[in-house]
Amino acid sequence: MLEIRRVSVFYPGGDRTDAVEALRNIDLDIGEGEFVVALGASGCGKSTLMNLIAGFLAPSFGQLRLDGAPIAGPGRDRAVVFQKHALMPWLNVIDNLAFGLKLQGVGRAERYTVARRFLGLLGLEDFETSPVYMLSGGMQQRVGIGRALTADPRILLMDEPLGALDALTRERAQELILRIWQSQNKSVFLITHSVEEALFMGTKLIVMSPRPGRITHRFDLPFSRRFLAGESAREVKASPEFIAMRETVLGIIFADEEQAA
Amino acid sequence: MSFESETDTAASPGNAPQTPFLKRFLRAAPTRPGQTYGVPGEGRTVGISVAAVLIVLILWQVVTMAGLVAPLFLPSPVQVVEKFIAILGNGYTGAPLWLHVLVSAGRVFAAFALACVIGIPLGLAMGMNPVMRGLFDPFLEFYRPIPPLAYLPLMIIWFGIGETSKVLLIFLAVLAPVTLGARAGVRSVAIEQIHAAYSLGATRGQVLREVVLRAATPEILTSLRIGVGFGWTTLVAAEMVASTQGLGYMVLSASQFLQTSTVLVGIILIGAIAWIFDLAMRALERRIVPWKGRM
Ligand SMILES: Nc1ncnc2c1ncn2[C@@H]1O[C@H](COP(=O)(O)OP(=O)(O)O)[C@@H](O)[C@H]1O
Ligand SMILES: [Mg+2]
Repeated sequence: MLEIRRVSVFYPGGDRTDAVEALRNIDLDIGEGEFVVALGASGCGKSTLMNLIAGFLAPSFGQLRLDGAPIAGPGRDRAVVFQKHALMPWLNVIDNLAFGLKLQGVGRAERYTVARRFLGLLGLEDFETSPVYMLSGGMQQRVGIGRALTADPRILLMDEPLGALDALTRERAQELILRIWQSQNKSVFLITHSVEEALFMGTKLIVMSPRPGRITHRFDLPFSRRFLAGESAREVKASPEFIAMRETVLGIIFADEEQAA
Repeated sequence: MSFESETDTAASPGNAPQTPFLKRFLRAAPTRPGQTYGVPGEGRTVGISVAAVLIVLILWQVVTMAGLVAPLFLPSPVQVVEKFIAILGNGYTGAPLWLHVLVSAGRVFAAFALACVIGIPLGLAMGMNPVMRGLFDPFLEFYRPIPPLAYLPLMIIWFGIGETSKVLLIFLAVLAPVTLGARAGVRSVAIEQIHAAYSLGATRGQVLREVVLRAATPEILTSLRIGVGFGWTTLVAAEMVASTQGLGYMVLSASQFLQTSTVLVGIILIGAIAWIFDLAMRALERRIVPWKGRM
């Protein structure tokens, strides 16, 4: 579905800084229904990669194609979810959810019908008309995810969507995102710097490393499928395979760090 | 000081533990539950303000009654109130007081409305578009700090001594803060909000209307409050030439006849109207941007 071929990105240097090679020679495929997680220390080009897919940024070299067509700018088929600051505080919960439909010119009654389907899925039934600035961080983030879903994109792009949440809320949100992924049958590209989150959620993991930003390791992951098949999140995360995998990935990241230092 | 009993302290929960006088200025006393320690300038001010105003009024009355200042320089508050009642009854220079108020308010609000209609779109355009910013920035920044009194003669030469030059003078005073406020308001939108809108399929026009304009609203409202204040500031200058009505005219002409109490009535009326309008604007703000500063 999405193909990234030999993509490099250089940010021009400023007065006192050299040009930054934010990404070098990235090759990546995201297939239908795949859940790809990008993991890496900050500065390794994760957000740059997402901005390329979203169409906010054009690559310096290389190509990105969605269903064979080059990506030229943002579009409804690729919805983004950010860590924060992205909801519209002048709209209540349901109007935030229906925002994309409003932009498409869908009438109010129909917008609300669609948005209400997601209220339930997100556990926000009782907050339909609440102002979003009154909600907790976890609920705000669910509204952000819901807003992306209502637009019915092919792929969800999430840049550290859970980074601002406390540990408990974060685990709940991880489970929710997996359930949504399963029920809505979307592709997902998720950025995180939590190893555990990456392993638990993805079907495919790319580990990235900075200066220049590149993909150093790729893994296929079974854990989200195990969770969706009925195992509890705690069971999955405490299983020997999960722990072994976590140590492997942590080892890679620490080795990177030491090399950089 | 020692506490008499348990019940005694419970009866006066407001008493902070005693700290040496000097120390309390070096470090804030621990707060009671529900407050935040160390917030700069924390505390209610309404009572203090009311008290301060009352004290000034009393001092004013005492000083003038004691004959320390000649009424020509400073009439007493009671005399000012008497003057107000007299003008209310008989009008001033042939026109009733309400007409003076109406004429001045009309000038200020006409200029204000014009400044909103032109300044808000202009400011948004300058915020959104470098060409617009490049075009208008030098002129706006040049005239902005010039006192309106300085270009009043030009207004009169160009637009005559009628209503046009008066409203235009006030309009120019209001335009700069409103335009700059709208322009700065564009900056208060988060880039994530814009990106989210685009990836939901928004057009540029939709991003402007549905995101930027909405996000800029708090800042625009603040600039409107500041702008209308500038308008009142300019009123007296606008009514300096060829006026027979208006509060600014009243203040100026009364001063020529050394009617100090009438001058004070005019000043207090201008201040009161401006203040009431500001209260209304703040109420409006709470209604239409309750989310201001909260996300
Ligand atoms: N707009 C920009 N201009 C210049 N350099 C940038 C810009 N955005 C990111 N960079 C640099 O590119 C590198 C990768 O950044 P980013 O993609 O944000 O990484 P991550 O999201 O993994 O933390 C960093 O070194 C960062 O400083
Ligand atoms: Mg980032």
